[in-house]
Amino acid sequence: MGWLNAIVQGLLLGGLYALFATGLSLMFGVMRIVNLAHGDLAVVASFLALALVSGTGLPLWVVMVVTVPLFALLGYLTQRVLLQRSLGAGPLATLLVTFGLSIVLQNILLEVFSADTRTLDGGSFATASFHLTDSTSVGYLSLTTFLLACAALAGIQVFLSRTGLGRMLRASADDRETASLMGADSRHVYGIATAIAFATVALAGLMFAMRSSFDPSIGPSRLIFAFEAVVIGGLGSLWGTLLGGMVLGVAQSLSAQVDPALTLLAGHLIFLAVLAFRPQGLLAGRAA
Amino acid sequence: MTLLSIRDLTVYHGQLRAVDGLSLEVERGEVLAIIGANGAGKSTLLRAVAGLNPPASGSITLDGRDITRMPAHKRVPAGIALVPEGRRLFRSLTVEENLLAGAYRGRPGAWNLARVYELFPWMADRRAQNAAQLSGGEQQAVAIGRALLSNPALLLIDELSLGLAPVVVRRIYEVLPDIVTAGTTALLVEQDVSQAMRVADRLHCLLEGRSVLRGRPRELTPEQVEHAYFGIGTAYAGGTPGKGGD
Amino acid sequence: MTLSQTLIARAAQVRVSRAARSSKVSGAAMALIAVVLAALPFLVFSTVTDTLVNLFVLIALASMWNLLAGFGGLVSVGQQAYIGIGAYSVIALADQGVQPYLAVPLGALTCALFAVPTSWLAFRLRGDYFAVGTWVIAEVYRLLVVRIDGVGGGSGKGLSGMSGIDQTLRGALTYWIALALALATIGGCYLLLRGRVGLSLMAVRDEETAASSAGIDVTRAKRLVYLISAAGCGAAGGVITISSLSVNPDAIFSVQWSAYMIFIVVIGGIGYIEGPLLGALVFFALQQVLADYGSWYLVLLGAVGVAAALWLPGGLWGLVRDRTGLSLFPVGYHVREGGGDAASR
Repeated sequence: MGWLNAIVQGLLLGGLYALFATGLSLMFGVMRIVNLAHGDLAVVASFLALALVSGTGLPLWVVMVVTVPLFALLGYLTQRVLLQRSLGAGPLATLLVTFGLSIVLQNILLEVFSADTRTLDGGSFATASFHLTDSTSVGYLSLTTFLLACAALAGIQVFLSRTGLGRMLRASADDRETASLMGADSRHVYGIATAIAFATVALAGLMFAMRSSFDPSIGPSRLIFAFEAVVIGGLGSLWGTLLGGMVLGVAQSLSAQVDPALTLLAGHLIFLAVLAFRPQGLLAGRAA
Repeated sequence: MTLLSIRDLTVYHGQLRAVDGLSLEVERGEVLAIIGANGAGKSTLLRAVAGLNPPASGSITLDGRDITRMPAHKRVPAGIALVPEGRRLFRSLTVEENLLAGAYRGRPGAWNLARVYELFPWMADRRAQNAAQLSGGEQQAVAIGRALLSNPALLLIDELSLGLAPVVVRRIYEVLPDIVTAGTTALLVEQDVSQAMRVADRLHCLLEGRSVLRGRPRELTPEQVEHAYFGIGTAYAGGTPGKGGD
Repeated sequence: MTLSQTLIARAAQVRVSRAARSSKVSGAAMALIAVVLAALPFLVFSTVTDTLVNLFVLIALASMWNLLAGFGGLVSVGQQAYIGIGAYSVIALADQGVQPYLAVPLGALTCALFAVPTSWLAFRLRGDYFAVGTWVIAEVYRLLVVRIDGVGGGSGKGLSGMSGIDQTLRGALTYWIALALALATIGGCYLLLRGRVGLSLMAVRDEETAASSAGIDVTRAKRLVYLISAAGCGAAGGVITISSLSVNPDAIFSVQWSAYMIFIVVIGGIGYIEGPLLGALVFFALQQVLADYGSWYLVLLGAVGVAAALWLPGGLWGLVRDRTGLSLFPVGYHVREGGGDAASR
């Protein structure tokens, strides 16, 4: 693999990181919740798809079409039942509740599916690729995930800026009390934000599952990727998150070129450098 | 005809009894101003009417309907809009998005974007600007426009003049008659007594959460108002309502 | 009566005192318990004392996290960084010929040294950022440590310098060191919080802006707490190492440690010195009872933690305190109305 190839792969991976990170950014932006179970939710989606594919024999795309809305619904319910209550119980409570949720999800997966490493078979599509140049080949799967991620981000952007509910989401992020003076029921608005977050995390989880192997304990390290993408790009900006994801993806991909053991370290160091020297992120956020 | 009726209302602000057994009525189509010193309970009263501070006891009735326990977000479709103290515009939204936010759960009615732009002509040119970039007076105007877009029956305005130059305040108050003519009733809280006396049909003066003086501006002497405002004289400290045509 | 009159009248009726009466009695009881615990290796089989080492480590870790989060307002998910650094310091020092038991306090010192530059970076982060940022920092330390071949790289390393000591004596020494660590962390928290630092920390926790405008050096107080917590966690890491006689990077730098600390403190009661103590006992009991159920015990633990965060914000100790007014380690001031019943905290 050449350097150019590494950059292209990193950019494509970055799109997926961005999609995965969007939910984290949205939940923090609107509700000030850092969802520490974010990574585990993606892994739950991966395992759910795995179980559905092997259990029902349905094609993968049908499973995706089922899983993503199911997660949106789950997200809405999680917010209304669990997180809403924690918002009223002090600033530490949300962190603890999502952390507890993360431990619960991880260990249920461990009991149900064992600690074995799995992959979701995307068929011939997942392994096929075309050549961009002689040394640079692009997998259909990575390209599709990248395009799908960008489409999802664009869709969320349109929702946030063009619809009344989307505006109220951004308004609630600025000032919840005043948003309630506009007639916004914050519980519903928060539910919608969480539903979007869960839907995107499920989509990202399914794509991760097709790209690379997963096991029940991988959630927290995935969460770190998402958090890094959000912070590098700048909180509160969807395009910042996309940029952050790409910076992270390219950094990982280039350092893997030098030494595969450096992959994670390079991402972490870029994240820490951004925190130290540009804490507002590369693209300082304007809108949620 | 009575639009808003408040009976024996007691509201706490933290541990402080900010509104203490207060009763007042707002007639349809009038401008009622509430004056009083800092900490007299004016803002807490408006927040209770808007549903932000739940009352400890007493009742609030809008158009014959008891709304005492109704959450804030349901009071908007019921016909109440608050222009909060300090404007509280959504900083990451543009001017037009701020206005449209007001229409989110608003009622049908005469107020729409075009009508607000008519009321404040400068706003149309700056609709795409970020709300945080406006001056204090411009922000106050947007906050009023935002509240109007919900087509409220009752418009609550909290400390409009706070932090603004007197000339700017006067200019904003100039639109109040237009708003009332369009069918909206206004309940204002104002620290600037002379400004309140200029725009209001009736006045209530609050002292330590109680109404100590009420009446029409031209029927009240400056001395009466001053005494009520600062709580001078034993008659007021006990909480007996002052005299006035009501 | 006007507001100001009321306030003045009320102020004349109250008396402020520090030690609650119950704490003097319980102080004697606790000293007795400490003596009995210290004598335990002479009284019971080593399996009991070996198990108790785990409890003492948990108490120490939870006390340190409570100091950090409950009093310093620094909610870290990355204290495993110092557990790991402390453990590896003991391994490395023992390799250099330092007596492993002596290496434990040196490991704590090493952690405090590492915590100085780390705090420069971590303190640039606020609130939730701090939580995840410290986690990433811990990951960076893990990834750096596994690149050092001298301490075994990714597969870890055994502790040298322990083979010459008799097994029974070794168990007892480890037990005493663990007990000393637990007592030192609790006592250290108590003394620290009683003093000026405690006062400024509680002011900062309640209202940071007001505290800093009242002349409290917020960052200095927080940094002190961070360094102490790092040292305490480092010592705990050292005790874990001399108890298990080896170290594995993935296990010692695992975020699981943070999970344990957080849940012990939340269940026990955050912001009370007694909280981690009570929480650790509950956690330890759960661990013993549910040991046969594999991961289910972690599922239960997570669920209990969630429930405690939602419905029991003061934890179990908060509940005990509300019911009985008991305070073993009074660090706050008690306002007594009319010289009689205790009111407020």
